[in-house]
Amino acid sequence: MERDPRVCVMGEDVGHYGGSYKVTKGLAEKYGDLRVLDTPIAENSFTGMGIGAAMTGLRPIVEGMNMGFLLLAFNQISNNCGMLHYTSGGQFTIPIVIRGPGGVGRQLGAEHSQRLESYFQSIPGIQMVACSTPYNAKGLMKAAIRSENPVILFEHVLLYNLKERIPDEEYVLSLEEAEMVRPGEHVTILTYSRMRYHVMQAAKTLVNKGYDPEVIDIRSLKPFDLYTIGCSVKKTHRVLIVEECMRTGGIGASLTAAITENFHDYLDAPIVCLSSQDVPTPYAGTLEEWTVVQPAQIVTAVEQLCQ
Amino acid sequence: MASSSWLLMRRSRALIHHKNFSFYSLFSSSSSSSCSSSSPFMKKPQAESAGYSNDYSSSSAHHHFRFLRRFESTKAEAAQLELQHDVTDDDDDNHRAIDFPGGKVAFTSEMRFISEASQKRVPCYRVLDDNGMAMEYRNYVQISKEMAVKMYSDMVTLQTMDSIFYEVQRQGRISFYVTSMGEEAVNIGSAAALSSDDIILPQYREPGVLLWRGFTLQQFVDQLFGNTSDLGKGRQMPIHYGSNKHNYFTVSSPIATQLPQAVGAAYSLKMDGKSACAVTYFGDGSTSEGDFHAGLNFAAVMDAPVIFICRNNGWAISTPVEEQFRSDGVVVKGQAYGIWSIRVDGNDALAVYSAVHTAREIAIKEKRPVLIEALTYRVGHHSTSDDSTKYRPIDEIEYWKMERNPVNRFKRWVERNGWWNDSNESELRSRVRKQLMQAIQVAEKAQKPPLEDMFNDVYDRLPSNLEEQEKVLREIVKKHPEDYPSDVPL
Repeated sequence: MERDPRVCVMGEDVGHYGGSYKVTKGLAEKYGDLRVLDTPIAENSFTGMGIGAAMTGLRPIVEGMNMGFLLLAFNQISNNCGMLHYTSGGQFTIPIVIRGPGGVGRQLGAEHSQRLESYFQSIPGIQMVACSTPYNAKGLMKAAIRSENPVILFEHVLLYNLKERIPDEEYVLSLEEAEMVRPGEHVTILTYSRMRYHVMQAAKTLVNKGYDPEVIDIRSLKPFDLYTIGCSVKKTHRVLIVEECMRTGGIGASLTAAITENFHDYLDAPIVCLSSQDVPTPYAGTLEEWTVVQPAQIVTAVEQLCQ
Repeated sequence: MASSSWLLMRRSRALIHHKNFSFYSLFSSSSSSSCSSSSPFMKKPQAESAGYSNDYSSSSAHHHFRFLRRFESTKAEAAQLELQHDVTDDDDDNHRAIDFPGGKVAFTSEMRFISEASQKRVPCYRVLDDNGMAMEYRNYVQISKEMAVKMYSDMVTLQTMDSIFYEVQRQGRISFYVTSMGEEAVNIGSAAALSSDDIILPQYREPGVLLWRGFTLQQFVDQLFGNTSDLGKGRQMPIHYGSNKHNYFTVSSPIATQLPQAVGAAYSLKMDGKSACAVTYFGDGSTSEGDFHAGLNFAAVMDAPVIFICRNNGWAISTPVEEQFRSDGVVVKGQAYGIWSIRVDGNDALAVYSAVHTAREIAIKEKRPVLIEALTYRVGHHSTSDDSTKYRPIDEIEYWKMERNPVNRFKRWVERNGWWNDSNESELRSRVRKQLMQAIQVAEKAQKPPLEDMFNDVYDRLPSNLEEQEKVLREIVKKHPEDYPSDVPL
């Protein structure tokens, strides 16, 4: 926002309240009410507003208070955000960033525990990235703002409290690159967002048991970084996908298809995909825990894969 | 005219088309030809008319000036209104008002429901009568001869475009078309009152606005044929025009999505401090969409300089307005959102021009939205995929096409001023017709956009997955050249 006066934020309670997860805290005081705009409650409308502003030259960042609410904005995101650059013959660009917290939290209830990346991944014209660490959150956010394409940035409700030492100076990450978290030889584990932490926890156990997993945080959900993924597959010949999406129609499903199509010859075993079940997320804490893939499951899956 | 009998007549569709019924006399000059002295914007009737009601006593020379002057004082008037409604401690008893989030409100021990409709329908602002005569007591923004002639010429051009392109679709040469027949005055009257800096977010029945701004006939035709000269590169269906050069946002099919976008565009103009506004058009059907309500609400809350122009043409495909909403049209909804609104005779080009001209000044100077409901009639079918005789009588259509034609009405006014004659008319019509025919010939023969245009512009640069998909497609085409269209270059 400091670097480019065209950047502005709009969403519910983003101004003086600082945002429901305090992501925009302090911005309204610094940049004023107009650049950090509190909107009435109508997701389709403030997303539409962001699109109109973007077409007129601004670079808005639209915050969904919870990604699940952006289902109400699906019309604007799909029919206008993704399409208008194309249908106008390239005359209008929509450099908008749509971001917000999503994923399964701690007993937030089914409607507030959605994984919108499953629903949005099919929309042509948009890019999707998921951040997982303070470092990549900053880098991806900057890249998303500077991109000329509409970008949906998926944050996770449970990752906001992470603390990490990150460089003071400016850095921008690539929107299409995956992150090599832990190089290894035996199996490629592909994951993103919060599941990265479950995978790393499982990795500790696996290392103790003598396995050497390669963990890749795919970060770019649309398009997939098939280069990094492919190199890894060619090395390990075994793939495990760990995601929070539901079994049907999630990122894992698309990733499985993409890897099978492109790297079929390099696989020694069928791809295993661990996802949440096709159920609305229950409120009860114990049940909620078991809709999400746990480290123990990951360990078992790797052991079976490597037999 | 009691409101209940009006509702009764409108709901019984069979009666509407009976010419002897007096309902349509509401639109004619014999009935209340001008607004009553109590302006629809006032919360309490005032002795002196305020706001934007008609002023009977001024001469035409000072009209324009008076408009501006009166409008300058609205803020003062608004402040006065506030005082009148503000229950201060000076009142007899402070017990008369109660404090709630949202402000002080007087209370009453009478349990009174607000009726669903006021006694009288909101009157409709018009300047010309059905014969194109400026009415006796009228208040409008003057226009010059050049402006009037351009307005009329563009209305005729739009009419000619519509009839020719409709035929071209019927001949199977283009796939689809949507006419704006009957709404030429809304299109051109409003366009003429705006500046080229104002950003237009259309629905799809406003090509006249683009025509006014200088989009050539060739450009229109190129889009219809989707050829290589089309600015949209052949990607959209016909009539989905768009030109950033003319500040006309590309038409997007879903209804009312442009309303919140207009607020965003206005927000951007406000940030830049530009002396311009966003103008968005939509039909009566759009007012049922959620985006309409949120768009108006947002514009009001954010003090966005947007002009919302509703073309209330009576029909949303086959749904008449009685089945679309139960309110007194669209204009009454403005106040519900805290927006200045006006109802205009959409078939009166001068009235539309004046209203939009003034609305634009309000929007820009006061940084607030304005709602204009232009009453008109959709003479044509909804589109070439529709046959409206299936749900409305042919004589109703004929009536609006001939007797209530906005182009003829404006023509009579222009002619009466000595600015137009029959030879101008025949010259214009034949010239436009010839130009259109030529443009169609050129467009029809032109090549279609190349195959690569299927894949680029999805993103700013071609990503690897699309590159691969293009490669695959080219390989398929190479294998089966006989199945590939000959006018699409590879």
